[in-house]
Amino acid sequence: MASALINVPKKAKRGDVIEIKTLISHIMETGFRHTTTGVPIPRDIITSFVCTYNKEEIFRADLFPAIAANPFFTFTTIATESGTFEFTWQGDNGFLAAEQASITVE
Amino acid sequence: MSKDRKTAATRRRFLAVAGGVTAGAFVSLRYSGATPASMAAAIRQVTGEAVVQPGKVRLEVPPLVENGNTVPITVSVTSPMTAADHVKSIHIFNEKNPQPNVVTIHLGPRAGRARVSTRIRLADTQTIVAIARMSDGSLWSAKADVIVTLAACVEDL
Repeated sequence: MASALINVPKKAKRGDVIEIKTLISHIMETGFRHTTTGVPIPRDIITSFVCTYNKEEIFRADLFPAIAANPFFTFTTIATESGTFEFTWQGDNGFLAAEQASITVE
Repeated sequence: MSKDRKTAATRRRFLAVAGGVTAGAFVSLRYSGATPASMAAAIRQVTGEAVVQPGKVRLEVPPLVENGNTVPITVSVTSPMTAADHVKSIHIFNEKNPQPNVVTIHLGPRAGRARVSTRIRLADTQTIVAIARMSDGSLWSAKADVIVTLAACVEDL
């Protein structure tokens, strides 16, 4: 199971723009490299990352091999109401990881 | 006295030569600005026949990168991010990696600000292009030149 780091403010004022940082450990093998014997190493990357805020999508990214290992994203959203953020990463070889974070909006 | 003058002259000449060499190196490293065909094709796939205008987008990348395996990049777009006027997607392209696409980001009015950071791989000294699609369908772009000392993707295991 891949481990992910999520940074969401615990509290925010209604209407504030908050910054969310996410990092997940993943090799992001490009599929363009070869072993010393010349055998190509098959691609193994995360292809999609979605963040939802109370079930509504606020951020989505399609990833390509040009994303560095351990994909990291920083993005923003407007704190509208208390609730949970759900983060989902999907990738090659059936890779699936999900994380949650909650926020209190006052 | 004359010896001093001679030393000074030599030093001056050395500095002139060294300066010339450095300037020459910079000129040769400077990217000519032509866009390789694969990147142009990838951009065409996203934009279709629509006109891409320069402006509104800001691409923050270090101009000189030591390690191409992880290059921090930040894209921001000037937009009020309201329901009527927001950034729908941001596409990042490169021209010398094995694949022209880097990442596609989908945003909406709930983002509040159109500003996204991530880390990318760069296989060579090259130009990166970011294109933003607005809710009204217009397309805006920005370019950044990056010099890469240690390239990603090429090393064997």
